[in-house]
Amino acid sequence: MDHGLAADQGLSMLVARGRGAVRRLSAFLHRHPRVRLALLLAAPLVVLLVVYLGSLGALLLTALWSTDVFTGLLVHTVTLDNLSTVVTDATYRTVILRTVGVAMAVTVICAVLALPMAFFMAKVASPRTRRFLVVAVLTPLWASYLVKAYAWREMLAGHGVIDWALAPIGLRGPGFGLPATVLVLTYLWLPFMVLPIFAGLERLPDSLLDASGDLGAKAWRTVRSVVIPLAFPAVVAGAIFTFSLSLGDYITVQIVGGKTQLLGNLIQGNSGAANNLPLAAALAAVPVLLMVVLLLGVRRTGALDNL
Amino acid sequence: MTGMLTTGTRTRGIRAVAVAATAMMALAACGSGSSAGTTSGTGATKAAQGFTPPKLSALSKLGAPEKQLNIVAWAGYAEDGSTDPTVDWVTPFEKETGCQVNVKTAPTSDDMVNLMKTGQYDVVSASGDASLRLIAGGTVEPINTDLVPNYADVFDGLKMKPWNSVGGVAYGIPHGRGANLLMYNTDVVKPAPTSWSAVFDKASAYKGKVTAYDSPIYIADAALYLMKTKPALGIKNPYALDDKQFAAAVDLLKAQNADIGEYWSDYTKEISAFKSGDSVIGTSWQIIVNLAQADKAKVAVVLPSEGSTGWSDTWMVATKSQHKTCAYKWMDHIISPKVNAQVAEWFGEAPANSKSCAETTDKSFCDTFHAADETFFDQIWYWNTPITQCLDGRKNVTCKDYGAWTTAWQQIKG
Repeated sequence: MDHGLAADQGLSMLVARGRGAVRRLSAFLHRHPRVRLALLLAAPLVVLLVVYLGSLGALLLTALWSTDVFTGLLVHTVTLDNLSTVVTDATYRTVILRTVGVAMAVTVICAVLALPMAFFMAKVASPRTRRFLVVAVLTPLWASYLVKAYAWREMLAGHGVIDWALAPIGLRGPGFGLPATVLVLTYLWLPFMVLPIFAGLERLPDSLLDASGDLGAKAWRTVRSVVIPLAFPAVVAGAIFTFSLSLGDYITVQIVGGKTQLLGNLIQGNSGAANNLPLAAALAAVPVLLMVVLLLGVRRTGALDNL
Repeated sequence: MTGMLTTGTRTRGIRAVAVAATAMMALAACGSGSSAGTTSGTGATKAAQGFTPPKLSALSKLGAPEKQLNIVAWAGYAEDGSTDPTVDWVTPFEKETGCQVNVKTAPTSDDMVNLMKTGQYDVVSASGDASLRLIAGGTVEPINTDLVPNYADVFDGLKMKPWNSVGGVAYGIPHGRGANLLMYNTDVVKPAPTSWSAVFDKASAYKGKVTAYDSPIYIADAALYLMKTKPALGIKNPYALDDKQFAAAVDLLKAQNADIGEYWSDYTKEISAFKSGDSVIGTSWQIIVNLAQADKAKVAVVLPSEGSTGWSDTWMVATKSQHKTCAYKWMDHIISPKVNAQVAEWFGEAPANSKSCAETTDKSFCDTFHAADETFFDQIWYWNTPITQCLDGRKNVTCKDYGAWTTAWQQIKG
């Protein structure tokens, strides 16, 4: 009995002490908000620094190494050969320019298509229609990327749907090639442009449009002076998506691009078939640098602050 | 046939995502050594091997199965029903031997070599270039073919070849082989082509509708053509090209690029292009021809007069394997007539076991794939990975390695 009692007391003391420790800890954290913040952010920061920036660092570091041709192993001696190859080799330069061109074309076409769509969804359509339209924009995202790309391949093929539809007006489809690649990428990434613009325009108060009208502005003037400036940060957000997604894509171009190749195909070829990881890393650094430059440029316009 | 059709559709996704060119290169880069079983070919390769494998001895007798087996294989070589429930030759093996099988599919030869070097795997379906590297590094050991009863029925044309033996010692069990052929649209391409010139020197006749295999190894196809048409270049082996020979092959392919509609690496892509008429002539595989014909595409195929490139695969046992009895049982299982027929039909290649031909669901399968046709395979230069030491035995020049081939291939495509 006594023993049991003693044990009980011991246990309750232990619990009390434990509670006390927790209380002391919470009091400590309460008094030291910086420590609290550090603990809260530790996990996401580790992910960001180690997993994300760490792998980027590893990528850039790998670009400075080379591959032993006989054993296929990495040679850990710093050399700038790979980076200079990427910049000086005519093929690589052409492909990089082509890739940037495709990404820019896709982004511009997406923006031109998405602005009126998003405006209609946000400002014109009834709530019921709006819900339907949002679902309609999202639906293609449920289907596999490959299914969509191969569906476009079938449509773009000789005697495919597009050729058939254009035949009555004496035209032919673009066939496989660069235009087809831009077309399919535009289709694939359009939702990523529509949704941010839609969200941005939805936040735009109707009263501003009314005020513009009351002040005598016609529709086009309102769009130019009110809607577009206010929607600009949203367009930039969408553009970052479409541009970066297009920059890294290498599968669509394999399916509908005919004989064209983009930057992603070069990276793939060097990392896989040739087992030349350093050169692949040097090539992979190109889109990273391009995106950094792009984001810095965007920051200067102030669009990032409004996101 | 239906089985193969399913493969096409099912693997399409995997293939496209998993880096089409690489994967296909890997799937097919399963050849090595040298050419076509001619005496000079063998001699050249032996000289080219230029290495002495570590002294290892083959297993002398089988013990009790170790209950486990870890396999490195090309996609489609060790099917356990997860791709298609009706395609399963792993489960019967597990039931029969009690060896629990784990399959790791590898997309490239490089991956296979690296995986085998970890020492965690027991058997590998190695391509020829991988096989020689594995032998040279002591990663795989000689094979006691007496312990593989079905080996007796393997076609002689596959036994003791430069890619599966060194110095008269067998290092592996042949799995199957195939050739790259010239496919053409019978409506458009008239008269029927008999030479690869149809896709090289005379390709402009079908400008924009010519197709080619999207892999650096395709440079060998150009080299093979030059070997026969430009003897002055002195090409003896399409995988051993010095600077001048290499430049000639690259120039030929750059000229061809003007007439190319698209390159293919995913075979479903080639089938659709031939069906729609976007491609009318180009390099192909027997399985693609069959599938295209089954889809009512008007195509025919020919082994051009210059011969062709192709692949040949070998099962090998890891030196460090802890499950060698299971490994031997697996090799015997995979080349047993029935299973070898299943694999060959699923993948679309010629089986290694001569008795497989009686077991295929399509009775004309072995004829279609030229399984027993050694004169057919004598014209085939099995795929090999080029290295700086010329594979044709030349010592006075260095040859272009595969890295250079890849760079050149990207430049050819522009």
